[in-house]
Formats: sequence, structure tokens, C-alpha cells
Amino acid sequence: MSAADMDRAGVDKADANPPLAPGVRLGQVSFVWRPWLVLVSLVLAGAAFLVFCLSIAVGDFPIGLSRVIATLLGQGEQVDEFVVMDLRMPRALAGLIVGIALGVSGAITQSVARNPLASPDILGITSGASAVAVFLVTVSGGAAAAVAGTVGLSAAALLGGLGTGLLVYFMAWRRGVDGFRLILIGISVTAVMQALTTWLLVSADIRDVARAQAWLVGSLDGRSWGEVHIAFWGSLALLLVVATAAFQFKPMHLGDDVAAGLGVRYTRVRAVLLLCAVLLAAVAVSAAGPVPFVALVAPQVAMRLARCPTPPMVASGLLGALLLIGSDLIARTALPITLPVGVVTAAIGGPFLVYLLVRANLRQGV
Amino acid sequence: MPRGATEIRRGRVVGLGTLVAFLALVATLSLAVGARSLTPAEVWHGLFAAADSDQRLTEIRLIVQTVRVPRTVLAIVAGAALGVGGALIQGYTRNPIADTGLLGVNSGASFAVVSVIAVFGFTDPFQYVWFAFVGAALAGVVVFGLASIGRGAGNPLTLALAGQGITVFLMAMTTAVALTDQKSLNALRFFNAGSVAGVGFDVIWPVTGFIAVGLVLALSMLPSLNLLNLGDDVARGLGVNIVLSRAVGIVAITLLAGAATAACGPIAFLGLMVAHVARYLTGPDYRWLVPYAGLLGAVVLLVCDIVGRLVVRPGELEPGVVVALIGAPFFAVLVWRGKFKSA
Repeated sequence: MSAADMDRAGVDKADANPPLAPGVRLGQVSFVWRPWLVLVSLVLAGAAFLVFCLSIAVGDFPIGLSRVIATLLGQGEQVDEFVVMDLRMPRALAGLIVGIALGVSGAITQSVARNPLASPDILGITSGASAVAVFLVTVSGGAAAAVAGTVGLSAAALLGGLGTGLLVYFMAWRRGVDGFRLILIGISVTAVMQALTTWLLVSADIRDVARAQAWLVGSLDGRSWGEVHIAFWGSLALLLVVATAAFQFKPMHLGDDVAAGLGVRYTRVRAVLLLCAVLLAAVAVSAAGPVPFVALVAPQVAMRLARCPTPPMVASGLLGALLLIGSDLIARTALPITLPVGVVTAAIGGPFLVYLLVRANLRQGV
Repeated sequence: MPRGATEIRRGRVVGLGTLVAFLALVATLSLAVGARSLTPAEVWHGLFAAADSDQRLTEIRLIVQTVRVPRTVLAIVAGAALGVGGALIQGYTRNPIADTGLLGVNSGASFAVVSVIAVFGFTDPFQYVWFAFVGAALAGVVVFGLASIGRGAGNPLTLALAGQGITVFLMAMTTAVALTDQKSLNALRFFNAGSVAGVGFDVIWPVTGFIAVGLVLALSMLPSLNLLNLGDDVARGLGVNIVLSRAVGIVAITLLAGAATAACGPIAFLGLMVAHVARYLTGPDYRWLVPYAGLLGAVVLLVCDIVGRLVVRPGELEPGVVVALIGAPFFAVLVWRGKFKSA
């Protein structure tokens, strides 16, 4: 493997574990025992749960953390029960699901593509959903209004995103899915969709543009149990598929040739995983709109926190959830103006990634 | 049968000549085509006549000299800058999906535009062009500075990710401003579409100056860029000053992309696309790849501008939109047919 390949694989020499991490085999399942990764994952899970509870506790009618936890366990008072379960739970749960879905989806995409700049955003889902949503918002009257009225904006956008994602997937299909080809096709299709969006925005009325822009950033406002249920079961099923496929996935990082040499089954595993990444991103779009950058930033940050050579799936998902719920909490409570959650995730996620990079560089210098 | 070195070189020179000739042809077409189409004789008159015999000819001269010539020049200059910038950024980051926006240049320019409009209430593009340039340049400097702290100086992966991190942050800030200030949002949507029209020579000349400096820096670094792509260790062994070479390269990219973006708005995808096409035509030698990418960039942007004038007459479609709508499907077909290799 040349230095260029190492860079592309996202291998950060400074952060990589020493190659002596012991392997563990349990029947069919084998993995590398990384105590630090397990510790980081546990801390992330704890932090995500804490922020999840905080997000339920804080609001116009504040509820103590202990009462929130009691209510979650089914032992709360009736008033708390109503506020927690009916009013605030859907929003918090939506944030949790969307964050996990985006984090895992990003980890898969970056691993398969072996490119740290890859994310489901460039597989077409986000841009396709955005184009459809902006079309429905800005083009008034006629068929557009009818579609928006009957199907609903989010559902129509989801269909658009899913359609675009599958288009990219099948356009890139040529005797199997190749990571590099998939990304370049994805970038092309994304460019077309973004151009259409820009065109719609330029030719639209400015009031519609403001509405469209707000949708384009992604938000958790006004989630209902109905939407959350769909997203929950959808992402749960997908995550189970990912979990079974991921164990056979490690050789991917060694490159297409090595993976192929280890057996043809890996091409199928990779195809399944990529499809899961597309669908997970679609689930996220359906629940929160196109929240940008979580899928890109979460795996890279998780990888550096956990000192892994490749994006860790579980930690990426947990970090995504932490980032999303935390950002929503900040957006709701700490800021003087109301902003969609997507703005805050980007404002926090971007600089934190830069901080980790700088820290890694400084440590390398010692 | 493998071709000899002279033959390959002759093929490349012929290809370069063809591109130049094609660019000249397209430029002529760009002068003639528009809401009001002109004959070659009228274009000639508009370009070179000193005095007009009647009102109609005065009108033609005005159209050619104040509308068609500036936008043609800007399309060529900006297209070339973005093409060269795209090839360079893929070379310096060793990442085949790097685009000229990667160093934060586009998001820096956009943020500067919405900020000055929200703060000073500017309405005319002439007023915010230079703020956009400063924003783009600052973002580039910050990204490179952050990526250079410590011993990892100029590590391509760090550079790409730091650029992504800053871009993410600046886009969030841009959205935050635009969502709270409708006038900024209005300007932003037009700025983001990417256009070469409506800018006069008072803007074009300084922009061209910056781009020329960027081109000179870029061309002087091409041999060492070839060596850098063999890997840092090999390059160092062959006597390349890695940090200096990367720093100059990044300055060049920032000047090229920053100036082009300030004048036209962010034109996405152009740099990425022509870099891949140029690599397909010339192979991995950056001394050939970069000039090809520059010429291709100019041709593509100019053609897209012309197409944009024709498709929705009498209105116009921004070339930034056309680049993606026409270029991307074309590019996708080439990708599918397996024409490109990773950088």
C-alpha cells in the first residue's frame, strides 16, 4: 500500500493503535479487542443518554432529571408523564434516531469508499430530497400543491431522496459497486440536484425562498409520534442488517483487490452495506430533513476519539446522536434567536473536527 | 505497441493546440450569441469601429463592448482559474474528489457576502466583490494555517479535513445570517448560482491580476507536484522542500479559486470535472495535466454561459447551474464507462 492509499483510507498515522491489539474469536465472530474503543463508546453512550434526558427535562415547564428518568422507567407522576411522553419524547427520540442513522451511514460510506471526504450527502439522498422539497415549496399551484397536500412535504422529499439515492446506486452498478465509481457518480448526480435547487431558488419568490432555506437546513421542530415510529422501526431493521454485515466487512479497508481475493462474498456484503447507508440516510431525512455534515463529521471525530484506524460504526452512531440532540438542546435554549438544529450541528461539528486535527498534529510533533 | 516518447509529446501538443483553437472559436461565438444575436460583420464592427454611421451600429457597439466582451473575458479567466485550481487541489490533497471549494474558499466568500450585506446593507454586487475575495482568501489562509500547526505540516489528509471542518462552520454561519436577514438571503441565492454577467472591467482586471499571479505560482510548482505524488518520503529523498512546495501550491489555489469565486460566485463541480477529464487526456503528469485543465475549464464555462443565454430566452440561466446540469450527466457517463482513475 502506497502512502497515497494510506491517506485515502483515512489512516491517521498519529492516532493509529500500535499493531499489537489482540484478536478475539467467538465461534464465527472474530474482532480486535480495543479497550480504548470500548471505553470511548461507553462514555459516548452515557453522554448521549444524559443529553437525551436533559433535552426532555429542559423546556417551558422544566422537569428535574430524576423525575425524567423515573417517568422513562414508567414510575412518574401523571403530569410528568404527559409532558415527557407526549410532548417532548418524540423530538428527543427523533434526534437520537437521526443522529445514530447519520453517524452509522457516514461510517459505512467512508469505509467503503476509503475516503474521509465521502458521506451519504454525496450519494444523492440529501440533494435529491432537497430538490424535491424546494420544488414543492417554491412552485405554487397545480400538481405541486396537490402532491404537497396529499403526500406531505416530508414524505414527498423522502421519496425524492430515496429515488435519487437508488439512481446513484444503480448508475454506479457495473458488475458490483466500486467505491470510487460510486462517489464520482454520486458527486455528479448531487451536482445536478443542487443546480436544480439553485435554479428554483433563483427564480422563486423571496418569501418562499426563506421557507425553503429553513427546510434545507434540517430541523426537529414539531415531530409527532407517527413520524418517529416509522423512523424508529426503519432504522432498527437497517441497523440489524448492518450489524450482521459489518463483521464480514473489515477486509474492505485493505483494498478491493485483497477483499476480492478473500472471496466473492465481500462484494455482496459491500453492496448490502452501501444500500443500508443509503436507506439510513433516507430515514434520517424523513425524520429531520437534510441535516448536513453529521454524517461527514461524526465518523471522523469518533475515529480520532477512539484512536481507531478506520471509522468505528458504533461510536460514530453514538457521536452522531450526541451531536444532534446536544445541538437541538443548544438551539432551543441557549441561543438568542431560533435556529434550525442543522445550523448548530455544523457550527459545533466543524470546529471540533479541526480541533482534533490540530491536537493530533501537535502530539505528533512532541 | 507502446508509443514512443516523441509521439506522446506530439499528441499532447496537438491536443493543446486543438483546445486553444476551440477556445478561440467558442469565444467568437460568445460575442455573437445572446438575447440579440449579431452577425460576424456586426461583431467585427462592435469590436474595432471607431465611429458609427447610425444609431443601430452604436447600439451594437455598446452591446459588444460593455456586455459581451466583459462576460467572455471573465468566463475565460475564471474558467481557466477554476480548472487549474481543481487540478492542483486534487494533486496537493491526493484526493480525487477534492474540489476548489475544499479550502473553504467558496464558503468564505459566501459568508463575507451575507455578512457585509447584513451589516452595511449593500445592494450592488460591485460593493461586495472585494469582501468576497477577502473572505475567500482568509478562509484559505485559516485552513492552511490550522493544517500546518505542529509537525504534521501540510499532511494532505489533515488539509482536506481541516478545509471541510472550516467549510462546515462557515456554511452554518452563512445560513444563520441568511435566515435572520432576508436581504442577505436574497443576495446569497443569486451569488450562489454563479454568473459571469453584470461585472465590468473595473472588477475583471484586478481579478485577472490575482489569477495571473496564481497561475505563475502554480506553473512554477508543477515539477515538484509530480514528485509529491510519489509520496512524501520519496519526494523528500529527491530533494523537494515539501512544506514550501505545499504552501506555495495552496497560496496559488487560494488566489485562483478565491478571485474566480469573488467575481462569479461559487461555481461548483467545474474544477473537479475538468481535472478528471484532463487526467484522462494527458495521464498523471501535472506539467501537462494542469494546462489542459485550465483550457478545458475556460472552454466549459464559456460554452455553459452561451448555452445559458440560449435555453430560456429572453431570460438567462446562470452558467454555474448549466455547468452542473450539462457537465454532470456527461461526466457520469464517462465515469460509468470507466474512463477515470483515482488521482
